[in-house]
Amino acid sequence: MLAVLRTVIHRDLLLALRRRADVATVLLFFVIVVSLFPLGIGPEPNLLRAIAPGVIWVAALLSCMLALARLFAADFADGTLEQMLVSPTPLGLIVAGKVAAHWLASGLPLVLIAPVLAIQFDLDQSLLGVLALSLLIGTPVLSLIGAIGAALTLGLRGGGVLLALLVLPLYVPVLIIGAGALDAAAAGQSAQPHFLLLAALLVLAAAFTPWAIAASLRISSE
Amino acid sequence: MSQPTLVIGNINWFRYASPQAFYPLAGAMIPWFAWAAALLCVAGLYVGFFVAPTDHQQGESYRIIFIHVAAAWMSMFIYLVMAFWAGVGLVFNTRLSGMMATALAPTGALFTFIALWTGALWGKPTWGAWWVWDARLTSELILLFLYFGFMALQAAIDEPRRADRAGAVLALVGVVNIPIIYYSVKWWNTLHQGASVNLTSAPTMAATMLVGMLLMALAAWMYSIAASLHRVRSIILERERSADWLVKYRNTVEL
Repeated sequence: MLAVLRTVIHRDLLLALRRRADVATVLLFFVIVVSLFPLGIGPEPNLLRAIAPGVIWVAALLSCMLALARLFAADFADGTLEQMLVSPTPLGLIVAGKVAAHWLASGLPLVLIAPVLAIQFDLDQSLLGVLALSLLIGTPVLSLIGAIGAALTLGLRGGGVLLALLVLPLYVPVLIIGAGALDAAAAGQSAQPHFLLLAALLVLAAAFTPWAIAASLRISSE
Repeated sequence: MSQPTLVIGNINWFRYASPQAFYPLAGAMIPWFAWAAALLCVAGLYVGFFVAPTDHQQGESYRIIFIHVAAAWMSMFIYLVMAFWAGVGLVFNTRLSGMMATALAPTGALFTFIALWTGALWGKPTWGAWWVWDARLTSELILLFLYFGFMALQAAIDEPRRADRAGAVLALVGVVNIPIIYYSVKWWNTLHQGASVNLTSAPTMAATMLVGMLLMALAAWMYSIAASLHRVRSIILERERSADWLVKYRNTVEL
Protein backbone atom coordinates (compact mmCIF):
# COMPACT_ATOMS: atom_id res chain seq x y z
CA MET A 1 0.00 0.00 0.00
CA LEU A 2 2.87 2.33 0.72
CA ALA A 3 4.09 1.65 -2.80
CA VAL A 4 0.79 3.08 -4.06
CA LEU A 5 1.23 6.11 -1.84
CA ARG A 6 4.73 6.65 -3.18
CA THR A 7 3.55 6.23 -6.77
CA VAL A 8 0.74 8.74 -6.33
CA ILE A 9 3.05 11.32 -4.80
CA HIS A 10 5.67 10.73 -7.47
CA ARG A 11 3.13 10.99 -10.28
CA ASP A 12 1.56 14.19 -8.97
CA LEU A 13 4.92 15.82 -8.37
CA LEU A 14 5.97 14.86 -11.87
CA LEU A 15 2.79 16.41 -13.24
CA ALA A 16 3.45 19.56 -11.23
CA LEU A 17 6.98 19.65 -12.57
CA ARG A 18 5.72 19.40 -16.15
CA ARG A 19 3.32 22.26 -15.57
CA ARG A 20 5.61 24.60 -13.73
CA ALA A 21 3.55 27.64 -14.67
CA ASP A 22 0.72 26.44 -12.42
CA VAL A 23 2.99 26.34 -9.42
CA ALA A 24 4.47 29.71 -10.29
CA THR A 25 1.03 31.31 -10.59
CA VAL A 26 0.14 30.48 -7.01
CA LEU A 27 3.47 31.73 -5.79
CA LEU A 28 3.16 34.96 -7.75
CA PHE A 29 -0.33 35.48 -6.42
CA PHE A 30 1.04 35.17 -2.91
CA VAL A 31 3.82 37.68 -3.59
CA ILE A 32 1.50 40.17 -5.27
CA VAL A 33 -1.20 40.04 -2.58
CA VAL A 34 1.36 40.57 0.17
CA SER A 35 2.93 43.44 -1.75
CA LEU A 36 -0.43 45.16 -2.20
CA PHE A 37 -0.90 45.77 1.52
CA PRO A 38 1.86 48.34 1.99
CA LEU A 39 0.53 50.12 -1.11
CA GLY A 40 -2.95 50.25 0.38
CA ILE A 41 -2.00 51.00 3.95
CA GLY A 42 1.06 53.22 3.55
CA PRO A 43 4.77 52.68 4.09
CA GLU A 44 4.85 53.41 7.82
CA PRO A 45 7.40 50.84 9.16
CA ASN A 46 5.92 50.32 12.62
CA LEU A 47 2.47 49.67 11.23
CA LEU A 48 3.82 47.29 8.59
CA ARG A 49 5.80 45.43 11.19
CA ALA A 50 2.65 45.02 13.27
CA ILE A 51 0.46 43.74 10.44
CA ALA A 52 3.08 41.55 8.74
CA PRO A 53 2.15 38.24 10.43
CA GLY A 54 -1.54 38.66 9.70
CA VAL A 55 -1.02 39.82 6.13
CA ILE A 56 1.36 37.03 5.25
CA TRP A 57 -0.83 34.41 6.86
CA VAL A 58 -4.01 35.63 5.18
CA ALA A 59 -2.22 35.77 1.82
CA ALA A 60 -0.94 32.22 2.37
CA LEU A 61 -4.49 31.14 3.19
CA LEU A 62 -5.83 32.63 -0.05
CA SER A 63 -3.01 31.17 -2.15
CA CYS A 64 -3.55 27.71 -0.70
CA MET A 65 -7.22 28.00 -1.46
CA LEU A 66 -6.63 29.10 -5.05
CA ALA A 67 -4.32 26.15 -5.63
CA LEU A 68 -6.96 23.73 -4.34
CA ALA A 69 -9.25 24.11 -7.32
CA ARG A 70 -6.74 22.14 -9.38
CA LEU A 71 -6.27 19.35 -6.86
CA PHE A 72 -8.74 16.88 -8.37
CA ALA A 73 -9.94 18.73 -11.47
CA ALA A 74 -7.54 17.19 -14.01
CA ASP A 75 -7.98 13.64 -12.67
CA PHE A 76 -11.73 14.15 -12.69
CA ALA A 77 -11.72 15.39 -16.26
CA ASP A 78 -9.59 12.61 -17.76
CA GLY A 79 -11.10 9.71 -15.80
CA THR A 80 -8.07 8.97 -13.61
CA LEU A 81 -10.16 9.71 -10.58
CA GLU A 82 -12.61 6.97 -11.44
CA GLN A 83 -9.76 4.49 -11.65
CA MET A 84 -8.67 5.61 -8.20
CA LEU A 85 -12.20 5.13 -6.89
CA VAL A 86 -12.38 1.54 -8.10
CA SER A 87 -8.84 0.69 -7.06
CA PRO A 88 -8.45 -1.93 -4.31
CA THR A 89 -6.15 0.42 -2.38
CA PRO A 90 -8.08 2.41 0.24
CA LEU A 91 -9.14 5.68 -1.32
CA GLY A 92 -8.12 7.55 1.81
CA LEU A 93 -4.53 6.55 1.24
CA ILE A 94 -4.48 7.62 -2.40
CA VAL A 95 -6.08 10.89 -1.42
CA ALA A 96 -3.49 11.42 1.31
CA GLY A 97 -0.79 10.96 -1.31
CA LYS A 98 -2.43 13.46 -3.63
CA VAL A 99 -2.76 16.05 -0.87
CA ALA A 100 0.86 15.50 0.18
CA ALA A 101 2.07 16.03 -3.38
CA HIS A 102 -0.18 19.05 -3.72
CA TRP A 103 1.27 20.58 -0.58
CA LEU A 104 4.83 19.90 -1.72
CA ALA A 105 4.10 21.64 -5.02
CA SER A 106 2.05 24.60 -3.77
CA GLY A 107 2.43 24.88 0.00
CA LEU A 108 6.13 24.37 0.48
CA PRO A 109 7.14 27.15 -1.96
CA LEU A 110 4.99 29.56 0.08
CA VAL A 111 6.82 28.56 3.24
CA LEU A 112 10.17 29.14 1.55
CA ILE A 113 9.35 32.53 0.09
CA ALA A 114 7.45 33.93 3.07
CA PRO A 115 10.57 35.02 5.02
CA VAL A 116 11.70 37.06 2.02
CA LEU A 117 8.36 38.85 1.95
CA ALA A 118 8.56 39.36 5.70
CA ILE A 119 11.80 41.29 5.21
CA GLN A 120 9.82 43.69 3.00
CA PHE A 121 7.69 44.37 6.06
CA ASP A 122 10.80 44.91 8.16
CA LEU A 123 9.88 41.99 10.38
CA ASP A 124 12.50 41.35 13.05
CA GLN A 125 15.08 38.82 11.86
CA SER A 126 14.54 36.57 14.84
CA LEU A 127 10.91 36.19 13.79
CA LEU A 128 11.64 34.92 10.30
CA GLY A 129 12.29 31.42 11.57
CA VAL A 130 9.07 31.47 13.59
CA LEU A 131 7.14 32.60 10.52
CA ALA A 132 8.60 29.85 8.34
CA LEU A 133 8.03 27.20 10.99
CA SER A 134 4.42 28.26 11.66
CA LEU A 135 3.70 28.15 7.94
CA LEU A 136 5.51 24.84 7.61
CA ILE A 137 3.20 23.22 10.18
CA GLY A 138 0.12 25.22 9.25
CA THR A 139 -0.09 25.01 5.46
CA PRO A 140 -0.44 21.19 5.34
CA VAL A 141 -3.52 21.60 7.54
CA LEU A 142 -4.88 24.10 5.03
CA SER A 143 -4.28 21.65 2.19
CA LEU A 144 -5.96 18.80 4.07
CA ILE A 145 -9.06 20.74 5.11
CA GLY A 146 -9.26 22.47 1.76
CA ALA A 147 -9.16 19.15 -0.07
CA ILE A 148 -12.56 18.30 1.45
CA GLY A 149 -13.97 21.44 -0.10
CA ALA A 150 -12.23 20.72 -3.40
CA ALA A 151 -13.71 17.21 -3.45
CA LEU A 152 -17.21 18.44 -2.61
CA THR A 153 -17.22 21.15 -5.28
CA LEU A 154 -15.78 18.91 -7.99
CA GLY A 155 -17.46 19.64 -11.30
CA LEU A 156 -19.89 22.20 -9.88
CA ARG A 157 -20.61 25.51 -11.52
CA GLY A 158 -19.01 28.43 -9.73
CA GLY A 159 -16.61 25.97 -8.14
CA GLY A 160 -13.87 28.44 -7.23
CA VAL A 161 -15.94 30.99 -5.36
CA LEU A 162 -18.02 28.28 -3.75
CA LEU A 163 -14.85 26.59 -2.56
CA ALA A 164 -13.81 29.82 -0.83
CA LEU A 165 -17.14 30.04 0.93
CA LEU A 166 -16.90 26.47 2.18
CA VAL A 167 -13.27 26.39 3.15
CA LEU A 168 -12.33 29.82 4.52
CA PRO A 169 -14.48 29.62 7.70
CA LEU A 170 -12.85 26.29 8.48
CA TYR A 171 -9.41 27.90 8.12
CA VAL A 172 -10.01 30.28 11.00
CA PRO A 173 -8.31 28.26 13.76
CA VAL A 174 -5.17 27.72 11.69
CA LEU A 175 -4.98 31.42 10.87
CA ILE A 176 -5.44 32.46 14.49
CA ILE A 177 -2.90 30.06 15.90
CA GLY A 178 -0.40 30.53 13.07
CA ALA A 179 -0.40 34.30 13.16
CA GLY A 180 -0.60 34.12 16.95
CA ALA A 181 2.73 32.32 17.06
CA LEU A 182 4.40 35.39 15.54
CA ASP A 183 2.58 37.79 17.81
CA ALA A 184 3.66 35.81 20.83
CA ALA A 185 7.27 35.68 19.64
CA ALA A 186 7.22 39.41 18.85
CA ALA A 187 5.96 40.09 22.37
CA GLY A 188 8.92 38.19 23.77
CA GLN A 189 6.96 35.11 24.76
CA SER A 190 7.60 31.58 23.67
CA ALA A 191 5.88 30.55 20.45
CA GLN A 192 6.04 26.93 21.45
CA PRO A 193 2.41 26.58 22.64
CA HIS A 194 1.28 27.83 19.23
CA PHE A 195 3.49 25.36 17.45
CA LEU A 196 2.20 22.54 19.59
CA LEU A 197 -1.41 23.53 18.89
CA LEU A 198 -0.71 23.79 15.17
CA ALA A 199 0.95 20.40 15.29
CA ALA A 200 -2.09 19.01 17.10
CA LEU A 201 -4.33 20.38 14.36
CA LEU A 202 -2.04 18.82 11.77
CA VAL A 203 -2.18 15.42 13.45
CA LEU A 204 -5.97 15.61 13.74
CA ALA A 205 -6.36 16.72 10.15
CA ALA A 206 -3.93 14.12 8.82
CA ALA A 207 -5.77 11.36 10.67
CA PHE A 208 -9.34 12.25 9.76
CA THR A 209 -9.55 14.40 6.66
CA PRO A 210 -8.36 11.75 4.15
CA TRP A 211 -11.48 9.72 4.93
CA ALA A 212 -13.72 12.76 4.68
CA ILE A 213 -12.06 13.66 1.38
CA ALA A 214 -12.53 10.10 0.13
CA ALA A 215 -16.22 10.16 1.10
CA SER A 216 -16.65 13.52 -0.63
CA LEU A 217 -15.00 12.23 -3.80
CA ARG A 218 -17.34 9.26 -3.88
CA ILE A 219 -20.33 11.56 -3.49
CA SER A 220 -19.10 13.91 -6.20
CA SER A 221 -18.35 11.25 -8.77
CA GLU A 222 -21.54 9.21 -8.51
CA MET B 1 -35.27 -7.97 3.63
CA SER B 2 -37.37 -7.09 6.64
CA GLN B 3 -38.21 -3.49 7.37
CA PRO B 4 -36.47 -1.89 10.35
CA THR B 5 -38.93 -0.98 13.06
CA LEU B 6 -38.97 1.20 16.15
CA VAL B 7 -42.22 0.54 17.96
CA ILE B 8 -43.20 2.80 20.83
CA GLY B 9 -46.83 2.84 21.93
CA ASN B 10 -48.21 0.81 19.01
CA ILE B 11 -46.77 3.18 16.42
CA ASN B 12 -43.89 2.19 14.18
CA TRP B 13 -41.94 5.45 14.13
CA PHE B 14 -39.65 4.41 11.30
CA ARG B 15 -42.72 4.54 9.09
CA TYR B 16 -42.40 8.32 9.27
CA ALA B 17 -38.94 8.16 7.74
CA SER B 18 -40.67 7.95 4.37
CA PRO B 19 -41.71 11.28 2.85
CA GLN B 20 -45.04 9.74 1.94
CA ALA B 21 -45.96 9.07 5.57
CA PHE B 22 -44.29 12.16 6.92
CA TYR B 23 -45.94 14.67 4.62
CA PRO B 24 -49.45 14.48 6.14
CA LEU B 25 -48.01 14.11 9.67
CA ALA B 26 -45.98 17.29 9.26
CA GLY B 27 -49.02 19.03 7.85
CA ALA B 28 -51.01 18.07 10.92
CA MET B 29 -48.27 19.20 13.32
CA ILE B 30 -47.51 22.58 11.81
CA PRO B 31 -50.59 24.46 13.17
CA TRP B 32 -49.90 23.24 16.71
CA PHE B 33 -46.30 24.38 16.71
CA ALA B 34 -47.12 27.61 14.91
CA TRP B 35 -49.81 28.54 17.44
CA ALA B 36 -47.56 27.54 20.33
CA ALA B 37 -44.84 29.75 18.86
CA ALA B 38 -47.21 32.71 18.51
CA LEU B 39 -48.65 32.38 22.02
CA LEU B 40 -45.27 31.86 23.68
CA CYS B 41 -43.86 34.78 21.77
CA VAL B 42 -46.67 37.09 22.89
CA ALA B 43 -46.33 35.87 26.48
CA GLY B 44 -42.53 36.18 26.40
CA LEU B 45 -42.60 39.67 24.93
CA TYR B 46 -45.23 40.75 27.44
CA VAL B 47 -43.14 39.47 30.36
CA GLY B 48 -40.04 40.94 28.79
CA PHE B 49 -41.35 44.41 28.10
CA PHE B 50 -43.97 44.99 30.81
CA VAL B 51 -43.29 42.69 33.75
CA ALA B 52 -39.52 42.37 33.96
CA PRO B 53 -37.91 45.19 35.97
CA THR B 54 -35.59 47.81 34.48
CA ASP B 55 -31.95 46.88 34.78
CA HIS B 56 -30.12 49.18 37.18
CA GLN B 57 -27.00 49.25 35.04
CA GLN B 58 -28.24 49.13 31.47
CA GLY B 59 -31.67 50.72 31.84
CA GLU B 60 -34.23 49.68 29.26
CA SER B 61 -31.75 48.75 26.56
CA TYR B 62 -31.08 45.37 28.11
CA ARG B 63 -34.59 44.25 27.06
CA ILE B 64 -33.26 43.20 23.69
CA ILE B 65 -31.86 40.21 25.58
CA PHE B 66 -35.26 38.56 25.23
CA ILE B 67 -34.83 38.29 21.49
CA HIS B 68 -31.06 38.13 21.39
CA VAL B 69 -30.44 35.21 23.71
CA ALA B 70 -33.24 33.08 22.30
CA ALA B 71 -31.91 33.64 18.78
CA ALA B 72 -28.31 32.92 19.79
CA TRP B 73 -29.25 29.67 21.51
CA MET B 74 -31.33 28.59 18.56
CA SER B 75 -28.64 29.47 16.02
CA MET B 76 -26.16 27.08 17.63
CA PHE B 77 -28.65 24.38 18.46
CA ILE B 78 -30.08 24.24 14.93
CA TYR B 79 -26.61 23.65 13.51
CA LEU B 80 -26.26 20.62 15.76
CA VAL B 81 -29.70 19.32 14.79
CA MET B 82 -28.93 19.94 11.13
CA ALA B 83 -25.65 18.05 11.39
CA PHE B 84 -27.43 15.26 13.25
CA TRP B 85 -30.01 14.78 10.50
CA ALA B 86 -27.34 15.14 7.84
CA GLY B 87 -25.34 12.40 9.56
CA VAL B 88 -28.39 10.17 9.88
CA GLY B 89 -29.08 10.69 6.19
CA LEU B 90 -25.51 9.79 5.30
CA VAL B 91 -25.45 6.64 7.43
CA PHE B 92 -28.94 5.23 6.87
CA ASN B 93 -29.43 6.68 3.41
CA THR B 94 -32.87 8.01 4.31
CA ARG B 95 -34.13 10.66 1.96
CA LEU B 96 -36.17 12.50 4.55
CA SER B 97 -33.16 13.11 6.82
CA GLY B 98 -31.35 15.00 4.09
CA MET B 99 -34.46 17.02 3.35
CA MET B 100 -34.76 17.86 7.03
CA ALA B 101 -31.16 19.12 7.15
CA THR B 102 -31.79 21.24 4.07
CA ALA B 103 -34.98 22.60 5.60
CA LEU B 104 -33.27 23.55 8.86
CA ALA B 105 -30.40 25.53 7.35
CA PRO B 106 -32.28 28.74 6.42
CA THR B 107 -33.96 28.90 9.83
CA GLY B 108 -30.59 28.45 11.52
CA ALA B 109 -29.02 31.15 9.36
CA LEU B 110 -31.98 33.43 10.13
CA PHE B 111 -31.50 33.05 13.87
CA THR B 112 -27.75 33.55 13.56
CA PHE B 113 -28.38 36.75 11.68
CA ILE B 114 -30.96 37.91 14.23
CA ALA B 115 -28.52 37.16 17.05
CA LEU B 116 -25.80 39.21 15.34
CA TRP B 117 -28.16 42.05 14.45
CA THR B 118 -29.73 42.38 17.88
CA GLY B 119 -26.26 41.99 19.37
CA ALA B 120 -25.14 45.03 17.37
CA LEU B 121 -28.20 47.00 18.47
CA TRP B 122 -27.50 46.04 22.04
CA GLY B 123 -23.79 46.71 21.79
CA LYS B 124 -24.19 50.31 20.67
CA PRO B 125 -25.82 51.65 23.87
CA THR B 126 -23.93 49.39 26.29
CA TRP B 127 -20.43 49.16 24.83
CA GLY B 128 -20.57 52.21 22.61
CA ALA B 129 -19.80 50.19 19.49
CA TRP B 130 -21.91 48.27 16.99
CA TRP B 131 -19.35 45.58 16.77
CA VAL B 132 -16.46 44.44 18.92
CA TRP B 133 -14.25 41.49 18.11
CA ASP B 134 -15.44 39.62 21.11
CA ALA B 135 -15.00 35.86 21.00
CA ARG B 136 -18.72 35.15 21.00
CA LEU B 137 -19.53 37.67 18.31
CA THR B 138 -16.72 36.40 16.12
CA SER B 139 -17.62 32.76 16.46
CA GLU B 140 -21.28 33.58 15.82
CA LEU B 141 -20.21 35.36 12.64
CA ILE B 142 -18.22 32.32 11.56
CA LEU B 143 -21.26 30.17 12.31
CA LEU B 144 -23.23 32.35 9.89
CA PHE B 145 -20.54 31.73 7.27
CA LEU B 146 -20.82 27.98 7.89
CA TYR B 147 -24.58 28.14 7.31
CA PHE B 148 -24.06 30.12 4.12
CA GLY B 149 -21.47 27.63 2.94
CA PHE B 150 -23.87 24.75 3.53
CA MET B 151 -26.69 26.49 1.70
CA ALA B 152 -24.47 27.62 -1.17
CA LEU B 153 -23.09 24.12 -1.67
CA GLN B 154 -26.56 22.60 -1.77
CA ALA B 155 -27.79 25.31 -4.10
CA ALA B 156 -24.93 24.64 -6.52
CA ILE B 157 -25.79 20.95 -6.90
CA ASP B 158 -28.75 20.13 -9.11
CA GLU B 159 -29.07 16.49 -8.22
CA PRO B 160 -30.90 16.45 -4.84
CA ARG B 161 -29.40 13.24 -3.49
CA ARG B 162 -25.88 14.42 -4.19
CA ALA B 163 -26.73 17.79 -2.65
CA ASP B 164 -27.94 16.02 0.50
CA ARG B 165 -24.84 13.94 0.88
CA ALA B 166 -22.33 16.65 -0.01
CA GLY B 167 -24.08 18.97 2.44
CA ALA B 168 -23.97 16.23 5.06
CA VAL B 169 -20.19 15.89 4.80
CA LEU B 170 -19.80 19.65 5.07
CA ALA B 171 -22.16 19.91 8.04
CA LEU B 172 -20.32 17.15 9.88
CA VAL B 173 -16.92 18.69 9.18
CA GLY B 174 -18.36 21.98 10.42
CA VAL B 175 -19.68 20.45 13.59
CA VAL B 176 -16.29 18.98 14.40
CA ASN B 177 -14.75 22.37 13.76
CA ILE B 178 -17.15 24.45 15.82
CA PRO B 179 -15.50 23.78 19.20
CA ILE B 180 -12.04 24.28 17.68
CA ILE B 181 -13.15 27.55 16.11
CA TYR B 182 -14.81 28.69 19.32
CA TYR B 183 -11.78 28.05 21.50
CA SER B 184 -9.29 29.45 19.04
CA VAL B 185 -11.33 32.63 18.69
CA LYS B 186 -11.74 32.92 22.44
CA TRP B 187 -8.05 32.46 22.91
CA TRP B 188 -7.19 34.88 20.14
CA ASN B 189 -9.44 37.47 21.72
CA THR B 190 -7.88 37.27 25.15
CA LEU B 191 -4.45 37.33 23.55
CA HIS B 192 -5.11 40.45 21.55
CA GLN B 193 -7.25 42.86 23.45
CA GLY B 194 -7.82 41.48 26.89
CA ALA B 195 -11.25 41.01 28.38
CA SER B 196 -12.42 44.58 28.01
CA VAL B 197 -15.90 43.41 27.21
CA ASN B 198 -17.30 40.54 29.12
CA LEU B 199 -20.68 39.06 28.46
CA THR B 200 -20.57 36.54 31.26
CA SER B 201 -20.24 38.90 34.17
CA ALA B 202 -23.86 40.01 34.03
CA PRO B 203 -25.40 40.45 37.47
CA THR B 204 -27.70 37.73 38.68
CA MET B 205 -30.98 37.96 36.93
CA ALA B 206 -34.39 38.79 38.31
CA ALA B 207 -36.71 35.79 38.14
CA THR B 208 -39.10 37.54 35.76
CA MET B 209 -36.26 38.24 33.35
CA LEU B 210 -35.38 34.59 33.34
CA VAL B 211 -39.02 33.61 32.77
CA GLY B 212 -39.25 36.03 29.86
CA MET B 213 -36.08 34.66 28.35
CA LEU B 214 -37.18 31.06 28.70
CA LEU B 215 -40.58 31.84 27.17
CA MET B 216 -38.87 33.47 24.21
CA ALA B 217 -36.48 30.55 23.88
CA LEU B 218 -39.42 28.15 23.80
CA ALA B 219 -41.13 30.36 21.24
CA ALA B 220 -38.00 30.19 19.11
CA TRP B 221 -38.04 26.41 19.40
CA MET B 222 -41.67 26.17 18.34
CA TYR B 223 -41.15 28.59 15.49
CA SER B 224 -38.11 26.66 14.27
CA ILE B 225 -40.03 23.39 14.30
CA ALA B 226 -43.02 24.88 12.52
CA ALA B 227 -40.90 26.68 9.93
CA SER B 228 -38.68 23.73 9.15
CA LEU B 229 -41.63 21.35 8.94
CA HIS B 230 -43.28 23.72 6.53
CA ARG B 231 -40.11 23.94 4.50
CA VAL B 232 -39.60 20.19 4.50
CA ARG B 233 -43.11 19.79 3.12
CA SER B 234 -42.25 22.14 0.29
CA ILE B 235 -39.08 20.20 -0.39
CA ILE B 236 -41.05 16.92 -0.44
CA LEU B 237 -43.52 18.43 -2.89
CA GLU B 238 -40.71 19.62 -5.09
CA ARG B 239 -38.68 16.42 -5.11
CA GLU B 240 -41.51 13.91 -5.21
CA ARG B 241 -43.74 15.80 -7.59
CA SER B 242 -43.95 12.90 -9.99
CA ALA B 243 -44.32 10.20 -7.33
CA ASP B 244 -47.45 8.08 -7.39
CA TRP B 245 -48.44 8.71 -3.81
CA LEU B 246 -48.31 12.46 -4.24
CA VAL B 247 -50.52 12.40 -7.30
CA LYS B 248 -53.04 10.29 -5.41
CA TYR B 249 -52.73 12.44 -2.31
CA ARG B 250 -53.35 15.52 -4.40
CA ASN B 251 -56.58 14.05 -5.66
CA THR B 252 -57.90 13.30 -2.17
CA VAL B 253 -56.77 16.38 -0.24
CA GLU B 254 -56.82 20.04 -1.13
CA LEU B 255 -53.17 21.17 -1.06
